[in-house]
Amino acid sequence: MAFAAFGHSGSGGKAKNAPASLGSAKVALLLLAPGIAYLSLFFVAPLVSLVITSLQVPSAAGVIGMYDYGFAVGNYAEAVVSYFPQILRSFGYALVATLLALLISYPLAYFIGVKARRWPLLQSLMLTLVIAPFFISFLLRTFAWKQIFSNESWIVQTLQTIGVLDVNQYLVGTDFMVIFGLTYNFIPFMTLPLYSTLERLDIRYIEAGSDLYAKPSKTFWNITLPLSMPGVISGTLLTFIPMAGDYVNASRDFLGSTETTMLGNVVESNFLQTNNYPSASALSVILMSVILLLVTFYVRKSGTEDLL
Amino acid sequence: MATEFIARGADLELQGIRKEFPGFTAIEDLDLRIPAGEFFALLGPSGCGKTTTLRLVAGLDQPTRGKILIGGKDVTNTKAHERPVNTVFQSYALFPHMSIIENVAFGLKQRKIEEPMTKAADALAMVELSHLAQRKPSQLSGGQQQRVALARALVNRPSLLLLDEPLGALDLKLRRQMQIELKAIQMEVGLTFLHVTHDQEEAMDMADTVAVMNKGRIEQMGSPEKLYDRPKTVFVSKFLGQSNLFVGKVEEENASSVSINVAGNKITVPKDRAEKHKGTIAVGVRPEKAFFHEEKPKLGAGNNLIGPGEIIDIRFTGVSNQYLIEIPNVGNVTVFAQNVGKSPVTELGAKVWVSWKVEHAFGLSDLPVTTATESITVA
Amino acid sequence: MKNFSLGKYALPLYSLLAFVYLLIPIAYTFVFSFNDYVKSNIAWRGFTLDNWIYVCNEQGVCEAFTNSILIGLISTFFATVLGTMIAIALVRYRFKFRSAISLLLFLPMATPEVVLGAGLAAQFLSTGTPKGMGTIIIAHIMFCLSFVVVTVKARVISLDASLEEAGRDLYASPAQVFWKITLPLLMPGIAAAALLSFALSFDDFIITIFNAGPESTFPRFVYTAAARGIPAEANVIGMSVFLLAIAIVVSVQVRGSLKAKRLAKIK
Repeated sequence: MAFAAFGHSGSGGKAKNAPASLGSAKVALLLLAPGIAYLSLFFVAPLVSLVITSLQVPSAAGVIGMYDYGFAVGNYAEAVVSYFPQILRSFGYALVATLLALLISYPLAYFIGVKARRWPLLQSLMLTLVIAPFFISFLLRTFAWKQIFSNESWIVQTLQTIGVLDVNQYLVGTDFMVIFGLTYNFIPFMTLPLYSTLERLDIRYIEAGSDLYAKPSKTFWNITLPLSMPGVISGTLLTFIPMAGDYVNASRDFLGSTETTMLGNVVESNFLQTNNYPSASALSVILMSVILLLVTFYVRKSGTEDLL
Repeated sequence: MATEFIARGADLELQGIRKEFPGFTAIEDLDLRIPAGEFFALLGPSGCGKTTTLRLVAGLDQPTRGKILIGGKDVTNTKAHERPVNTVFQSYALFPHMSIIENVAFGLKQRKIEEPMTKAADALAMVELSHLAQRKPSQLSGGQQQRVALARALVNRPSLLLLDEPLGALDLKLRRQMQIELKAIQMEVGLTFLHVTHDQEEAMDMADTVAVMNKGRIEQMGSPEKLYDRPKTVFVSKFLGQSNLFVGKVEEENASSVSINVAGNKITVPKDRAEKHKGTIAVGVRPEKAFFHEEKPKLGAGNNLIGPGEIIDIRFTGVSNQYLIEIPNVGNVTVFAQNVGKSPVTELGAKVWVSWKVEHAFGLSDLPVTTATESITVA
Repeated sequence: MKNFSLGKYALPLYSLLAFVYLLIPIAYTFVFSFNDYVKSNIAWRGFTLDNWIYVCNEQGVCEAFTNSILIGLISTFFATVLGTMIAIALVRYRFKFRSAISLLLFLPMATPEVVLGAGLAAQFLSTGTPKGMGTIIIAHIMFCLSFVVVTVKARVISLDASLEEAGRDLYASPAQVFWKITLPLLMPGIAAAALLSFALSFDDFIITIFNAGPESTFPRFVYTAAARGIPAEANVIGMSVFLLAIAIVVSVQVRGSLKAKRLAKIK
């Protein structure tokens, strides 16, 4: 049910439900109007607001935190220059974390979606376990990892003893830890779309592969993986995007340090603390643009019908 | 109990109906009249427009042009929920979240009829499903669901009952049983039934009148016997049963018949069984009406004789043997011989002649399209 | 391939490890909800049930929890109603701007939370709207809407259109068809969408922080407390929500499975 939110509902079932002449476009308009109006007002308009704010100039009156409308495209250049490390870090962390999430999730999704098909109740329960982390606050679970890997924890002590870590080297506050946190928090976003696609995989393709003398590894590379590509792609999108914009994992209070700040952190600090709205907005627009590029690429490939 | 549901059926009339969808026309130009109380079958292959016609009568779709009259009243612009018509859907469409008896009572409740539950209980009794009244549809077998769908429609005493291939999902035995029951109910209650199907045996068995539909048009309409005995178009001759067809130019004509020449064979058809009397026509005969002979027989004038040819295939179907005979320059002719207890009387390769009575021949209004089918030859 | 015995168990074993990995933080949170802590819930001091019994003793945690519940309920209600309407329109009707609307609905799900939060905040700023519970709710409805549409849409697609036609055939007007046939049959999907929406709203931090006034929500409370160590009472609330959610989901699944088994037996 909710799992469909992360998978492809596909285009099946259309013939059954395409009404020859069910009412008119008028009724459709009535149904759509409130929701679409709401989104236009509170999603589209804010994005426009962001762009406008990003171009603002410091107030002529000289009051800090007040801005006038302007066309200061230079804000963008300034933002990129000042925060280049953060920009790089955001996409770098997200990329690595996405790959890790993919590597971790794929076998799991395969097990649940292909191997466990004979036991649907078990499948449901396992899926529940996969999304169980969702039911506990995102912040609580990230904090838990911080404590488990904290400087005084037995894990760190052990690693220091056996020499993997230097005596004054810790895990919390490192790139490793932030990536770890990102990966963990978004595994369900990767597993569910993968599961959705793999669950629909016709076993007979795999059987045909072995019937035609392919070793299991070859069958996987040449048959299973290509066929599960839609799930891989949508899972990748659904994890990379929120990862790139995340800032809790990298936050000083959680798994990060001042050396691991991401785009999200600087947007937050600029917007909510230093009130540097233009800068924060410019960064947001940059982030959003990269995302839109990815989405456009995806839509070009698969069309819009499968989006929802 | 049967007296509870006696309602006079109404007649149905379709005038100049046309239905277009974006991209194609489902119904070209349909005129139809079904008298009240009749069991009418609309027969045709998938895509011929029969289900579309049904939906137009039910009010689930609107025609692009034309009028629909029920009992003399123009209902073309009446909405589905205001028409005195009920449908038995192909998938039964029983409401899964309601019990059987609530399903049956639904229409009555919508129309605010008195004592809906009592009437629903009676309807269920009529189809012998009273003991399952509280169950949900998913707990019933296919045959039981079909009967519920029927009860749900009948309980509303519609002037016209529409059936959209209702027996398609049932196995053979159950289907035969339901055919008998449906026909019995219809006759007992006196409603007008419009039954849509692609199963020609079913149509011929149950209906008073059959209309054969093809590509959005009715090709021929009449009683099953008439349709079978005297098809008027190539499509009808092939859709209803099988036919051998011969194509040739009319070369002889007398008061009562015309004859064509097919590679030296003279084939005669009576004028009152031929649609066209001049030019190039197609003449046919049903395989069960033809005989083959191992020696050239001496037959009287009331017979057609063609040959010689060679038996190229024999198929055993239990009831009959089906012989495929190749006659040079004429084509392949099929002959059914009833299996009267002996194994095939002839062997592959045997040289035979084929004959049939002139009165069994029929002349069609059109010509077959391709020369590659069974028994076509252009003389 | 003689590794047969190993190969057969490799995947299940891996999956088991993966599940353990997924559940470690939950276990940690659970254990430390019983910690007899003094100032910060970081080092284990001793077992106590006090945190569970006197959960509201900790300053602000229950207030934050109540706010989150309130926001969740209100946002869920509106998001579900608006989203269900959109889902029905998308599936059941043909109209010109379908692709554009699909794209519009997809984008909020694809947009990073910082952008959504900052955008709304920028808008409230430029319109001079004061930030408070209202702005939080507005924000939550916005980002939950798309998820509701996706969930309900899946259910609408699986709904047999001939059921509604049967309704019309049986003298029900279009309004009656909707109330008596369509809506009851859509209910499971709508319920799932509402649950999802509530969960998303309850756990939301980033968008909330950009658009909140002085009031606290549960995630905000936890974030602020993280600097000095999250109090065990927060763990208690987190675990309670977790256990409740798991209980609901599992019971629905088990009930569905039992029902299917019972039906199979009857036939």
